[in-house]
Amino acid sequence: MPLLLMLILVPLLCAALIPLMPRKSLAYPIALGGTLIALLLGVYGLFANEWAHAGAGSTIFAESYRWMPQLGLNFSLGVNAVSGLLIALALLLGPICVIASKTAITERVRTYYFWLLVLQSAMVGVFAARDLVLFYIFFEFTLIPMFVLIGVYGSTNRRAASVKFFMYTFTGSVIALAGLVYVAFKHASLTGGWTFDIDTLANTARSMSFREQCWVFGAMMAGFAVKVPLFPVHTWLPLAHTEAPTAGSVLLAGVLLKLGTFAIYALVLPFVPAAVVHFAPLMAVLSIIGILAVGLVCWVQRDVKKLVAYSSVAHLGFCMLGMFALNPTGLQGSVLYMINHGLSTGAIFLCIGMVYERYHTRSMDELGGLASKMPVWSSFMVFFAMASVGLPMLNGFVSEFMCLMGAWTASDTWATSGLAFGTAGVLGPKFAVVAGVGMIIAAIYTLYMVGKVVWGPLKLPGGHDAHGHDGHGHGSLGHGDAHHGTLPVDLSRREIGILIPLAALCLLLGLYPKPFLQAIDASTQQTSSIVMRNRHAEPVGSADLNRSAAARTTDKQVNP
Amino acid sequence: MIEKFHTLYPEMLLFVATCAVLVIGLSRSLSLRRLAGPICAVALIGAGLLAWTTATPARGLAVPNLAMYGKIIAAAVGLLLVFLLQGVADRDYEADVAQGRASFDPARTIRAEFWAFFLFSITGLMLCAGSTNLIWLFLALELTSLPTYVMVAVSTPRERSMESGVKYFFLGALGAAVFLFGFAFLYGGTGTTDLSDMALGIRSQIAGGGLNAATVVGLLLSVLGLCFKIAAVPMHFYVADVYQGAHSSVSAMLAFVPKAAGFFALILVLSAAGWGAAGGGSLPSPIAETLAVIAALTMTVGNVLALLQNSLKRLLAYSSIAHSGYMLVGLIAGPMNTGESITTNGVAAVLFYLLVYGITSVGTFAVPAALERRAADGHYDEPDRFEDLRGLRHSHPTLAWVLALSALGLMGFPPLVGFFAKLPLFTSSWSSGNTVLLIVLAGNSAIGAVYYLRLVGIALVSGGEGPSVFTASPFRSRAIAGYIAALALVVMAVIPTFDSAARAGAYATLNGDPTGGNAPRRQAVPADEPAAGVSVEPAPGVNVEPAAGSAESEATTALPLSTSSGSR
Repeated sequence: MPLLLMLILVPLLCAALIPLMPRKSLAYPIALGGTLIALLLGVYGLFANEWAHAGAGSTIFAESYRWMPQLGLNFSLGVNAVSGLLIALALLLGPICVIASKTAITERVRTYYFWLLVLQSAMVGVFAARDLVLFYIFFEFTLIPMFVLIGVYGSTNRRAASVKFFMYTFTGSVIALAGLVYVAFKHASLTGGWTFDIDTLANTARSMSFREQCWVFGAMMAGFAVKVPLFPVHTWLPLAHTEAPTAGSVLLAGVLLKLGTFAIYALVLPFVPAAVVHFAPLMAVLSIIGILAVGLVCWVQRDVKKLVAYSSVAHLGFCMLGMFALNPTGLQGSVLYMINHGLSTGAIFLCIGMVYERYHTRSMDELGGLASKMPVWSSFMVFFAMASVGLPMLNGFVSEFMCLMGAWTASDTWATSGLAFGTAGVLGPKFAVVAGVGMIIAAIYTLYMVGKVVWGPLKLPGGHDAHGHDGHGHGSLGHGDAHHGTLPVDLSRREIGILIPLAALCLLLGLYPKPFLQAIDASTQQTSSIVMRNRHAEPVGSADLNRSAAARTTDKQVNP
Repeated sequence: MIEKFHTLYPEMLLFVATCAVLVIGLSRSLSLRRLAGPICAVALIGAGLLAWTTATPARGLAVPNLAMYGKIIAAAVGLLLVFLLQGVADRDYEADVAQGRASFDPARTIRAEFWAFFLFSITGLMLCAGSTNLIWLFLALELTSLPTYVMVAVSTPRERSMESGVKYFFLGALGAAVFLFGFAFLYGGTGTTDLSDMALGIRSQIAGGGLNAATVVGLLLSVLGLCFKIAAVPMHFYVADVYQGAHSSVSAMLAFVPKAAGFFALILVLSAAGWGAAGGGSLPSPIAETLAVIAALTMTVGNVLALLQNSLKRLLAYSSIAHSGYMLVGLIAGPMNTGESITTNGVAAVLFYLLVYGITSVGTFAVPAALERRAADGHYDEPDRFEDLRGLRHSHPTLAWVLALSALGLMGFPPLVGFFAKLPLFTSSWSSGNTVLLIVLAGNSAIGAVYYLRLVGIALVSGGEGPSVFTASPFRSRAIAGYIAALALVVMAVIPTFDSAARAGAYATLNGDPTGGNAPRRQAVPADEPAAGVSVEPAPGVNVEPAAGSAESEATTALPLSTSSGSR
């Protein structure tokens, strides 16, 4: 069964069904059905026996269809353990987002679920693509659904947010495309045939000279660092998160940011290892600036959603730090961080959305002491906040610790001095120590937020009585007054139902991360050893290069 | 002369149709008058098929099969334009006649001339693609442009159309004078007007120590003059005003027909200038540098000015300038650096881009063309300012989708075919080592995204306050042209028509004579020419010509194009 193709096509087909439906009330069940079928297919995939191969680090569920031979383009899909986990995350968040939107979205329902489904299949496509152009297509295509979701269903400043989101990412990825095309061109000039197959190109790319690698590294990072987002190019994220509807925020934090980290893991690291090693300290410093500076920015936020949005930048800083430790521990921590951040931050956005639906505010000045009014909500909120801070026994701790541990041990001086835990790499204890301060800052701002909103004296925005009556209409679509009156004071069973699986996974990943670590072990080992083996660029195929250089000079001589 | 006769069948068919339209358009019977459009459509389909079946490659140029490819895409996009141009001419007058306010007077109608001029212009474009001689090329370029001046002027009853027409005419005449001057210098420098002889002459000049001054001046002036046709920078001033003043349907035509003619002419002149008959040669450096500067300026000026616009048609006009810049990048990359594939062949990339750009233009201009509002003076206005289009999503959801898809197509957003058209520009530019231009191209793609995104936002995001004052035009076929174009953008990317179309683009630049076809044989491939080892199947008209579908292309494999494998 072409599992990956179906994972992409099922949501797309359901999306195509939605505009054909006579009644808009059918959109929700179709979207739910589509995402659930995809989730079930994913679960089926989990139990397929091909995972033994994934454990060995090879690509599984591989499919390939001829698409555009003129361009050397194939529609080829396949996953390894890392992308498989991320697909699982996307599949899990799919139905959760649909269910979470049931009462929040009341206008233009069909358009909303249409784009949500399209987004779902594009996200899976990015992780599953084994062809560079296909990857790029899916990578870009996540922009349009998100652009519409933010632009139509966001809050007051939605237009600016959606445009900023789109422009940042699009500009970056055009530059990344130029870099990727250069690699393909390099391959063509060495072998004479055009292909965009990722594995083939990775081999070619590694044989590029150091200078070339640096340029390609710069181009690729221009595209992917924006998506992560890394420190100086993160400014689109808080705006986009704050303005996006709840489901948009969940998918943005949960999956879309991971497109950037995944692209760095799957493309940048194996393509240009020499440049990666060369620039790893710089990237680590940028990550640490993100962790510390943006952490402090979080502290002064008054808007809960904005605070969590900024905290994503800080969290992804840890993820990038682990990534550029370039040793198996750091990479494992980094990959695990992608999953964990998706679960806990996604859940926090869901929680914030639930309060917003009831009180139409996210300001810490207007909310307080919700524990007395919404005990169930409060317990979930505190739980997920702890998970995101990195409380031991919960998921955040495992990955954060591994990222720091990876950065600490990744030092060439240690590796050669015979210390048992030293691994090759260019970071070292000082990076880990400075980044560790970020954990404290994270604890401060998260606890501060939880303290304000959950504990303390009860404070509700003006005009709200015990039933959470809404006095002021909101400018945007999708937050109509009509429905929230039907919401109970505390969480409904539907809302609890979508938070429980996330909470269970947070707990599982915190208590017993071993199966996950085992699954990604081979892949991370492989990536790490590829980087370390190729850390010094050697001009392979110099004969070919000389030949083409000679050809160029003869061309020049022909010219007057 | 007589041996060129069979290459002109498509043009002859169009000429016959032109005469028929001229007569029919004057008929007193309304139903006969209404046949003008359908006759044009049938003639274009026929011309496309004829071009497909009767084309013969031209000897001695780097682009021997340009004629066939160019004529087919002219017919294909022309067919879409027929849909779009319905009801432009004589609208108010016909309404008066229908309501008995006026009696039909053949002296007052312009329908016949309008459609005849349209066909003349397409004929000129086809002749451009097939020309082998500078004089022929000049006449063909003028045949393409002269009718469009009139079409712009009569396209709406408003004065600004007249103004646009006059402006377009004067600047067009200036452009024509410049490239005619250039052609004259070329003749002076090389002693011939025949393009393939000229290619030989220029090559022997280069071999003998460099081009003489007259040739260089001739080439530069030709390129500059042709910049008017393709709307590139030093000659771009007319574009925004003309596009805005003309009816949107005519603007769509201006975005494709003169531009395509200009690019065909540029390709022919440049292939004489240095790509050489065997391919792989490069342009003389003054020309290459001039072109590179023009390309960079054109992209940047077009995109930056488009950012500032508040009018849909002006925005599209500047975007049209920017797209010419993109295509010039492909042109500079040249035809055949390392192979016959579209990924390295810049000219093939340009030819494919032209087709995609033509289809996308029809899609974008179809949106304002398909909407209208009756103004106080009884004439019809089309939506032009962005405010006019707000709420399009509610009032005309399908048109909103057409606008969104076309804007994304122009942006080069994957997976629409616009992306696959732009990708070969990137790859061919890498292959030729034009890193600076490539960076400019990438940067400009990002700038372009800003204003195309505004269009997408208007189409998909913006809410309308109150009902739209614009209603659907009674000429449904204009919207249908938009639907076809938008569908083509999606379909061409998904199903392998892309591949065949791209192959056809590459084929246009392949050397060597085909080994089959209805045409008389020419001599065999010279052994030293790197004939391509690919068998190319013709893929005309992509999906706008149902008659040229895949079933038929299976059936006609005996047709042109299995080139024999030479020494590679």
